[in-house]
Amino acid sequence: MPRLIRNGAIVEDHGPEVLDLEQWLESTERSSRAVVLEPGESLASLLAHIDEIPMVLVNFPTFMDGRGFSYARELRERGYKGEIRAVGHFLRDQLTYLSRCGFNAFEFDDESELEEALPSLADFSEAYQASVDRPQPLFRRRAK
Amino acid sequence: MYVYDEYDQKIVDERVAQYRDQTARFLDGKLTDEQFLPLRLQNGLYVQRLAPMLRIAVPYGLMSSRQLRKIAQLSRDYDKGYVHVSTRQNIQFNWPELAEVPDLLAELASVQMHSIQTSGNCIRNTTTDQYAGVAVDELEDPRPWCEIIRQWSTLHPEFAFLPRKFKIAVCGTAEDRAAIYAHDIGLELVHNAAGEKGFKVLVGGGLGRTPVIGSQICPFLEPQHLLTYLEAILRVYNQHGRRDNKYKARIKILVKAMGVDAFREAVEKEWAVLRDGPSTLTEDEISRARSFFTAPVYQSLDAETVAAALAEQCSSDPVFGNWVKRNTVAHRVPGYRIVNVSLKATGYAPGDITDEQLELVADLADQYSFGELRTTHEQNIVLADVEQGQLYGLWQALQKAGLATANIGYLTDIICCPGGDYCSLANAKSIPVAEAIQARFEDMDYVYDLGPLELNISGCMNACGHHHIGHIGVLGVDKKGQEFYQVSLGGSQGKDASIGKILGPSFKQEDMPDILENLLTTFLSLRQEDEAFIDTYRRVGIDPFKERVYA
Ligand code: SF4
Repeated sequence: MPRLIRNGAIVEDHGPEVLDLEQWLESTERSSRAVVLEPGESLASLLAHIDEIPMVLVNFPTFMDGRGFSYARELRERGYKGEIRAVGHFLRDQLTYLSRCGFNAFEFDDESELEEALPSLADFSEAYQASVDRPQPLFRRRAK
Repeated sequence: MYVYDEYDQKIVDERVAQYRDQTARFLDGKLTDEQFLPLRLQNGLYVQRLAPMLRIAVPYGLMSSRQLRKIAQLSRDYDKGYVHVSTRQNIQFNWPELAEVPDLLAELASVQMHSIQTSGNCIRNTTTDQYAGVAVDELEDPRPWCEIIRQWSTLHPEFAFLPRKFKIAVCGTAEDRAAIYAHDIGLELVHNAAGEKGFKVLVGGGLGRTPVIGSQICPFLEPQHLLTYLEAILRVYNQHGRRDNKYKARIKILVKAMGVDAFREAVEKEWAVLRDGPSTLTEDEISRARSFFTAPVYQSLDAETVAAALAEQCSSDPVFGNWVKRNTVAHRVPGYRIVNVSLKATGYAPGDITDEQLELVADLADQYSFGELRTTHEQNIVLADVEQGQLYGLWQALQKAGLATANIGYLTDIICCPGGDYCSLANAKSIPVAEAIQARFEDMDYVYDLGPLELNISGCMNACGHHHIGHIGVLGVDKKGQEFYQVSLGGSQGKDASIGKILGPSFKQEDMPDILENLLTTFLSLRQEDEAFIDTYRRVGIDPFKERVYA
């Protein structure tokens, strides 16, 4: 059973079968299949079925490719409530950014990194911007 | 100026702690070179030819004397006792030890400074007019807006891994001193027909390998929508900017590829979702930002009396008079002047300043200019609020320290990147070219006679020396392992921004002073009355210069 970080804890994964975007869109069993997004794919087709998605995986072929950050945020802004999982080559140093964009699960390439990576979720306790985990930007929260 | 509260301080402190951990993991071999590279770049640390280079953020160029003293001390403790003012108004250390950088950053944080996002593929330091708040032609002070953008862009979770670096500039004046047309996003404070204030938004300007003048994407953006609109632009760029070729990755290439109308449409579509959301600025926040940039307590001075006294001093000491004429600028408050401290003395690398000079400038800022100063993208320092009656004392102190070279805006006020002496990306050295040109044109009467002239030098296509927008631009190129220099003419950074045109085949380093002299002699022979170089160039074009130089 693969292990991953979900909602701030290390857990074993019992996720659904994963399809790529094209397969998922054509599948008759969409609501029980996860979909994996690759950088460069258009979110528009997925957003049309937003109520049917049980789980989204966002792949990072390299940690330098920041497109996945926007995917997560756009999904959340449009009301998606299910799991968004980062997979691929992201770094623990990106965990706060990722979770602020709406990722709530992180599947590392190397599972042995999980324990060390977990505290990185708390690298920053404050941030200026509005984000998925804290919808009010600092300027609306600042004590007067 | 802006003062951190507990939130700002916490964010900066937590970044220092995070970076300390990243450095330790790198030194432990737990982070690879490839992984550490963007992490350190996003914290301003390059590994250069001879040593690391650390770039410290100076938000929109504004600093306090206390911060400057800290920089001086750090330059002694961690470096070789001098620093460099960059063309993005930042400050660079040239020789810090990689392992000591976290300590250096912790010390910086104690004076509310950091190096966050001074490099890397993220949103960089927002720049503005060095005369913000005191310029006579200002519609509105751009600094509160710069601060709002600084906070929004600092550690933005969605835009830390963009296709390429991203630069924003803001101006609020008739004359554009912030080069907003040469930025990924340029913002100009404007009035609409109803007299309300807002932003004209430009997008897709930039220098580098493919220089482009920015296009207008929105003629009037209501101020409360600033951040949501910026997010929409950044999101379109983050999703669609090219990532396969770093030379085609800037937003200017995307805007060109899509066409500005299609790009605007894509932005509007994103904006429709973000608009009026929580990031919409509140009146409270706008006034909070403004409250940090109120006018200092100026003396009420009688302009005429003060001017008469200054004129008297100027005529009895013509060297002082000349400095006042060349290096000081009109201030919006009667009886005050804006003072430029020139970091362009002949024999010193343009923009370099020693620890002792830094401390002196800090003292002078306290004594003469309310304890604040600004760095400029021309790589000088500005003391913005000097009483005219105190100019003489200030000048004497500056002169003793070699900081009163009366050349602001003239040929020898050269903009010059660190180039091959420091920078590992360089094709060629740039500082020796600047120094040779300064040495050749030592006759200041000749230099003044040439009128306003911008000479910008970059050591490679990355264009940190802004060579494309210099009236005369010099670019270091590599020809079969040899350093050569390509010259361009007719660039300009104002609202009439233009990209310089390449003169022709490149030149050897030792020939550069002669080439310059040739160009300038040609200019003088073609000039009508007191025409500026750029105006003559625009009238006659490049051909006469070409003919003369390659004759
Ligand atoms: S222009 Fe090139 S050589 Fe000069 S500082 Fe920038 S990257 Fe280095």
